[in-house]
Amino acid sequence: MPDQTTGAGKKTAGAFDIRNIIGLLLGTYGVILLLAGLFGDKALDKTGGVNANLWTGLALVVASVVFLGWARLKPIVVPEEVAKAGDDPTRPAPRRRTSGH
Amino acid sequence: MSHLALAVPAATPLIDATWLDYLLVVIYFGFVLGIGFLARRSVSDSIDFFLSGRSLPAWVTGLAFISANLGAVEIMGMSANGAEIGLPTVHYFWVGAIPAMLFLGVVMMPFYYGSKVRSVPEFMFRRFGTGAHLVNAISFAVAQLLIAGVNLYLLGSIVHALLGWPLWVALIVAAAIVLSYITLGGLSAAIYNEVLQFFVIVASLLPLTLIGLHRVGGYGGLKDKIAAFADSAPAAAKVAPAGQQLESWPGQALSGFSSGTLSVIGIVFGLGFVLSFGYWTTNFVEVQRAMASKSISAARKTPIIGAFPKMFVPFLVILPGMVSAVLVKEMVDLKGGGHPAGGASGEGVKYNDALLLLMRDILPNGLLGLAIAGLLAAFMAGMAANISAFNTVFSYDLWQRYIRKDHSDDYYLRIGRLATVAATIIAIFTATIASSFSNVMDYLQTLFGFFNAPLFATFILGMFWKRMTATAGWVGLSSGTISAVIVAFLSEDAFGSASLGVLPLSGQGASFVAASTAFVVDIVVSVLVTMVTEPKPASELKGLVYSETPKEDLVDPDEASQPWYQRTMPLAGIALVMVLILNFAF
Repeated sequence: MPDQTTGAGKKTAGAFDIRNIIGLLLGTYGVILLLAGLFGDKALDKTGGVNANLWTGLALVVASVVFLGWARLKPIVVPEEVAKAGDDPTRPAPRRRTSGH
Repeated sequence: MSHLALAVPAATPLIDATWLDYLLVVIYFGFVLGIGFLARRSVSDSIDFFLSGRSLPAWVTGLAFISANLGAVEIMGMSANGAEIGLPTVHYFWVGAIPAMLFLGVVMMPFYYGSKVRSVPEFMFRRFGTGAHLVNAISFAVAQLLIAGVNLYLLGSIVHALLGWPLWVALIVAAAIVLSYITLGGLSAAIYNEVLQFFVIVASLLPLTLIGLHRVGGYGGLKDKIAAFADSAPAAAKVAPAGQQLESWPGQALSGFSSGTLSVIGIVFGLGFVLSFGYWTTNFVEVQRAMASKSISAARKTPIIGAFPKMFVPFLVILPGMVSAVLVKEMVDLKGGGHPAGGASGEGVKYNDALLLLMRDILPNGLLGLAIAGLLAAFMAGMAANISAFNTVFSYDLWQRYIRKDHSDDYYLRIGRLATVAATIIAIFTATIASSFSNVMDYLQTLFGFFNAPLFATFILGMFWKRMTATAGWVGLSSGTISAVIVAFLSEDAFGSASLGVLPLSGQGASFVAASTAFVVDIVVSVLVTMVTEPKPASELKGLVYSETPKEDLVDPDEASQPWYQRTMPLAGIALVMVLILNFAF
């Protein structure tokens, strides 16, 4: 990728990292289900004898750690160049605001 | 302990949820709205709002690509089909989606992304001018409103089933939540929520599938139970024979054709080629996700990366449906020809209830809440996808091009938000219409046949045949759509009681034939009209037609230096091989 930045055209649309949000949500769910599996009604008659909350909770906590770890290890790269729409002569205006306002 | 249910006195809830389940649902909504607020900070102009600033990585847009489609219709509709006809339902995925998604990424995306259009109808405008553009933009916008209504109806009906709220209250509350996060964050919020939704769906449906299979004694046990059921069911119930329910081919239970050969042809050509290519390659709801990615390479990889999880979605929606049909008392009764009372609609159990009833029967509280959150997520995301595509087409393709040109960017951003509000209100009304259709899948397939099949014919001709004229574009499109409508009217039940029954076609088979007719008529008419009209000058076709576009404009120069697993073609090849293997395995 070319190494030139385009001044104020540099975008932060991806600034909040979706991986952290996924990790946080799955982690929250995982912990709640783990607790429910340990202390709540296991409803073994429904699940056929498996502590479903416990196992799902464990799996979710693992998934959560993976996402948070991924986001930590490879932080999001804000794209250096973003293709501008607005070079279509057939399109009625407006011309897009130029960068650097 | 259900405080929420106490606050709103109404019908008996279908599912016995506790405070734990509500907690999980409430947490999800907190995240959804949080994303809307976070995304709002980064929306500064209309490109941000409508196309996410073209900045997202391929795995995000790829997951959003399939999540946009993994809405209420897919989850409830496909599990309903699974319960009713069993394994042949997989054709909607392995034949009816993957090949077209790969084709979109490999062949068509370079034109969409490379020409820098902001929507699929805008591509239509540049290739064929006003006529085809209007036909495409208006039919798309109307279809999105209808489908958003269907999604909203299903969303409302599950809230109704869950909390016992009256349907109209559920519709309005659900619509208000979708509205708030799209108007706040635009496409970024919609896409991020779709990605989040994908994981919540998997987290909820995977345990449901596994526990369900455990309860019936594994996949072998499921097969035995379905076979025993098919053998003992009364003839009047018209249960498909076990062989048809447990083998994906030739899929007569799905196509409704009595001949196995015709059924294979119908599925491969009607569903696999015409319906699915029409849907996946021209539907702006899907293509918009790819357009939001950061490079032409990421745009091409969007549907291809999406194809991998898409291959395995049937195991999460169809298998629970099949389990439900042998495990849940009401479903067994329904499939055996009975009319059990209850169900989400309150008018008796329907196949669409298969998943909800299975959840009720086998999930412990806690996991139940997660499953409810997953379903609500899917339904909202489906509707949000329709509405965010609608507001783009409405603002750019209809309002800006034909009604108010040359205003400021802020002005169109405002129009986009107003269009979102209007679309949501219209969807509430559409939802009440959708509630009178029992088989949602049929209703939608019928619509896709009308709008999408001729579109694909026109696009593919237009992209590879430079002589094709502007007049041929709109005439072909209109005649194709009209021919599909005519076939549907002549069939036995494509339009329900309005169909005349002249042609011996019913169910999905009628949709396949209507779509195929539209495709053939579009091609023939386009070729004929092109012969007698004046083509566009070649200079105007650069970036739009294969032969007039420099090859280097269609690929990403950076891609050659990337490892193979990040390149478009090797990924597409792997996906194709995997889906072939799946077809042989089941």
